[in-house]
Amino acid sequence: MTDLQRTSLFDAHVAAGAKIVPFAGWEMPVEYEGVRAEHLAVRSTCGLFDVSHMGQIDVMGHGAREFLQSILTNDITRIGPGQAQYTLLPDDNGGVIDDLLVYALLDRFLLVVNASNIAPCVERVTSLAPDGVTVINRSPDVAMLALQGPAWAKALTPIASPEPFSLPYMEATEATVAGVPCLVARTGYTGEPGVEIMCPAEAAPAIWDALMAVPDAPVPAGLAARDTLRLEMGYPLYGNELGHDRSPISAGLKWACDLKHGGFPGAERMQREAAEGTPDRLVAILITEKGIPRGGCPVMADGQQVGTVTSGTFSPSLGVGAALAYVSPDHAHVGAKLSIDVRGKEKSAEVTSLPMVDTSPRKEHHS
Amino acid sequence: MSDETYPGDLRYHPEHDWVRVDGDEATFGVTWFAQDALGEVVYYDPPAVGDSVTAGSSYGELESVKAVSDIIAPAGGEVIAVNDAVGDTPELVNNDPYGAGWLIKVRLSSASELDALMDEPAYRQYLAGLAG
Repeated sequence: MTDLQRTSLFDAHVAAGAKIVPFAGWEMPVEYEGVRAEHLAVRSTCGLFDVSHMGQIDVMGHGAREFLQSILTNDITRIGPGQAQYTLLPDDNGGVIDDLLVYALLDRFLLVVNASNIAPCVERVTSLAPDGVTVINRSPDVAMLALQGPAWAKALTPIASPEPFSLPYMEATEATVAGVPCLVARTGYTGEPGVEIMCPAEAAPAIWDALMAVPDAPVPAGLAARDTLRLEMGYPLYGNELGHDRSPISAGLKWACDLKHGGFPGAERMQREAAEGTPDRLVAILITEKGIPRGGCPVMADGQQVGTVTSGTFSPSLGVGAALAYVSPDHAHVGAKLSIDVRGKEKSAEVTSLPMVDTSPRKEHHS
Repeated sequence: MSDETYPGDLRYHPEHDWVRVDGDEATFGVTWFAQDALGEVVYYDPPAVGDSVTAGSSYGELESVKAVSDIIAPAGGEVIAVNDAVGDTPELVNNDPYGAGWLIKVRLSSASELDALMDEPAYRQYLAGLAG
């Protein structure tokens, strides 16, 4: 086993009582007080996550936009300076190398990629980059904090300049947080309003400590809560719902693929799948009795396997077992009655709409 | 969450299960160490009253948000009661692992199986070895 890396916030996690686990080559906090309490805090007030293990790749130079348009699935011409977009980096067959956010900044484009995929992303982007386009992996030097939950602005305002209230969703701005120059983006992976804060790695502890000291401080939240929060929203996780073995279409990500213009690797396959359908489709499933589905559990209908769970957990918000699963198109509609084979016991289940938890009506706590 | 304790009147199995003996009946549960390792328990899948359980084998499951854990019987016998309160409120296992968080009561088939179990000092020593 190779040596695990630590983020610049490792000591802060230990001081906060974190349970530390290996994750994608890093020693990361999986939980502090407990996953359920952290999850519910993010849904009701706010939580602070260390996501410094994620990767940051700069793409710049003459022709950078045209280059990214030719290798990413979404239409990058739709974002201007300060805006972010969810997109995918496809392989030559239309499988997925990674899903990521691309930010259009004044002097460059910034790709924020999954920790486990930094090397493949850098390799792919670098290998295809034309003369004049520079690709720099800044991941080792950049820390990232995610402040997520309806009370995020209350926590951030006392230490941020300018105040980030008015920043629209999926936009980013330069700001000073706890005296540190940062890129603050209205993005996240929880379904709640909030921001992701990127800063020099060595400065992250100052921001963490300052946020923990404000009157409406967030609760420290670990990777376990990050996973249950994203699952309730139906956000795919690379390695579970996404990979080289399928295109984004069966994952329901057609909206992030500019099939009208195409031109990126795998576009023809995606256009065909969008028109003709896919052998299976990603759905959200709730267990309607007691029991917790886990990744790999077979999804059954009338005694036949019709799919497989890719992510399963206990939903802290709903208090029931919840799953994302690929199922055959015949069963991929909301309300479809299914069962999930949980270690030999069939549990009644039903396809549900996404998001599983509606985060819209009780959103921002205006102060 | 409860404080770390290992009562002196219990016997302990290496898989972090405890047994409280009362004549030929016994109560089973999991230790503070087990519930701490598992995290907040959100689901208890118990056996049925009348089922037989075998020393060293699984008789049910406890699940946290992230993980599933088999519950190992420290001794064999017939299940005579199941703690339905834990089914309704699984975090009782975290809050009171030796009291309200008990899991099943069993009529023991062979009291001699208890001789293989650890007492409190031995279990604490065993835990210290795991930590090392």
